[in-house]
Amino acid sequence: MNSSSNLINALFIFVLAGFIGFEVIRRVSPLLHTPLMSLTNALDAIAVVGAIVLVGEHKSTLSAVFGFIAVVAATSNIVGGFLITDRMVRMFKSSRPATKPAAK
Amino acid sequence: MTTELAGGQVVIELLYLIASVLFILSLKWMSSPTSARHGIWAGEAGMLLAICGTLLRHGIVDYRLIGIALVVGSIIGVPLGEVAMTAVPQRTALSHAFGALCVTLVGSAEFYLRTPNISHFMMAVLSLEVILGGLTVTGSLMAAGKLQEILPQRPLTYKGQNLVNFLLLAAAFVIGVTLVQHPESRTLFPFMILIALAFGVLLIIPIGGADMPTVISLLNGYAGLSAAAMGFVLDSKLLIIAGALDGSSGLILSIIMSKAMNRSFTNVLFGAFGQVQALHAAGEEARPVRSATPEEAAAILSAASRVIIVPGYGMAVAQAQHKVRELYDALTKRGVDVRFAIHPVAGRMPGHMNVLLAEADIPYDRLIEMDEINGDFPQTDVALVIGANDVTNPAARSDHSSPIYGMPILDVDKARTVMVIKRSMNPGFAGIDNPLYYLNNTLMLFGDAKAFVGGIVRELGGGHS
Repeated sequence: MNSSSNLINALFIFVLAGFIGFEVIRRVSPLLHTPLMSLTNALDAIAVVGAIVLVGEHKSTLSAVFGFIAVVAATSNIVGGFLITDRMVRMFKSSRPATKPAAK
Repeated sequence: MTTELAGGQVVIELLYLIASVLFILSLKWMSSPTSARHGIWAGEAGMLLAICGTLLRHGIVDYRLIGIALVVGSIIGVPLGEVAMTAVPQRTALSHAFGALCVTLVGSAEFYLRTPNISHFMMAVLSLEVILGGLTVTGSLMAAGKLQEILPQRPLTYKGQNLVNFLLLAAAFVIGVTLVQHPESRTLFPFMILIALAFGVLLIIPIGGADMPTVISLLNGYAGLSAAAMGFVLDSKLLIIAGALDGSSGLILSIIMSKAMNRSFTNVLFGAFGQVQALHAAGEEARPVRSATPEEAAAILSAASRVIIVPGYGMAVAQAQHKVRELYDALTKRGVDVRFAIHPVAGRMPGHMNVLLAEADIPYDRLIEMDEINGDFPQTDVALVIGANDVTNPAARSDHSSPIYGMPILDVDKARTVMVIKRSMNPGFAGIDNPLYYLNNTLMLFGDAKAFVGGIVRELGGGHS
């Protein structure tokens, strides 16, 4: 276990990713803060990879059961999160390309 | 043999790298509504690559069970993706709970698989992961319950609440520290999780409906941080990156929300503890107000050239957004310039008003943020407030004794005429009296928002078309 060098690597990644996140998200239009949250929610469900490994490796009953529930929970976030984000984003229309009743 | 294995590992890591890049692009493209759909596609592609990469991993033997779990999760996910836009805040809270549940369960399983061979550092991160995860699970469920109105929305406070919460959190951390020193204490671990779960409940109990935008953002941040901690435990760079992105998103939104409510960030970071919603004695109820009928309101609106509509959560409660769209159409047809002023904390989560109005087909370039539109109120003929209260309260600017003093507000009182649609003179969520209603240029339009706006639209329609 070369855990200390792994730890340093992980910390580097965490801090740098945090900075990227901060800079990128700062630029998100407040118009889209709700879809932003549902999108980050879906992306965060990437935790499913850890759960998949637990289920797939089946090292103990407990880990398989916990893993199974975790995969279910995360997958529902992935599917639901992307679906609703897409629905919301599609609703945002500009007034420039013909809004039906408000025709000039 | 070993090189072959390493080769497979490299492919998986490269897939994870591509997924990480796609995730960052996904958030980058959310910057504007025109590119937002690309952002979703990038996110979906990244997710797909990451899951496929994981399935390729050496050591995975049970594909059947994974398949079943993925299918069940998808079946649950689809209806969660199709809720009504008014229910998006509780859906979001619920999905924070699911995400945190996943993280907590994986963390617990890892503990029992690895104990007692856990390094100090690993145990510390693992404790952090399950404490953050656990409190986010129950905290989010509580928030969802309050938003869905299954639980009472009213904040519940009691004496010594802060102390109890603090002691609970301290107890969880003491157990965490003990576990770091003795990672073989299998029996101690569940207690840490139980305390975290209890803490999550108690954290949300004192929080009322109007604070929900901050709380949801905060829980979003906690969910992200716990996922990043899980990345440390599993040594997964992808998870660390995704968790850091989600965590920073939640924190940024919390900061924006706390600024918009004039709270310090530490106040928010600790879950807006004991935000006892100040019930200010509204003893001056007898002051005279001017009121108007839909006909009068329609006449004033049609004579205006610039109108700003200020929507609040009351509009969503009354389901009035589609009627508001009709009003927007009717006025626009008459050549009136109609815009919408969006306060950051209007609604029950960040950006909630924008989504509701976009659903009602109001073009997004008509939805203007507070800072951008505030300077325009003095040149505005009519400011029409629909279901918003505290975010328009001029006491926040001038009255030092007001509980919301210092909170940035929409300066509707500077418009030539202010019209406020409201059920009655009852003060709003925070229980604070609003001096706006007694101003000389204010007209109160008493009634249900949907019915009243409908009445105005009828009048406008009868006049010209």
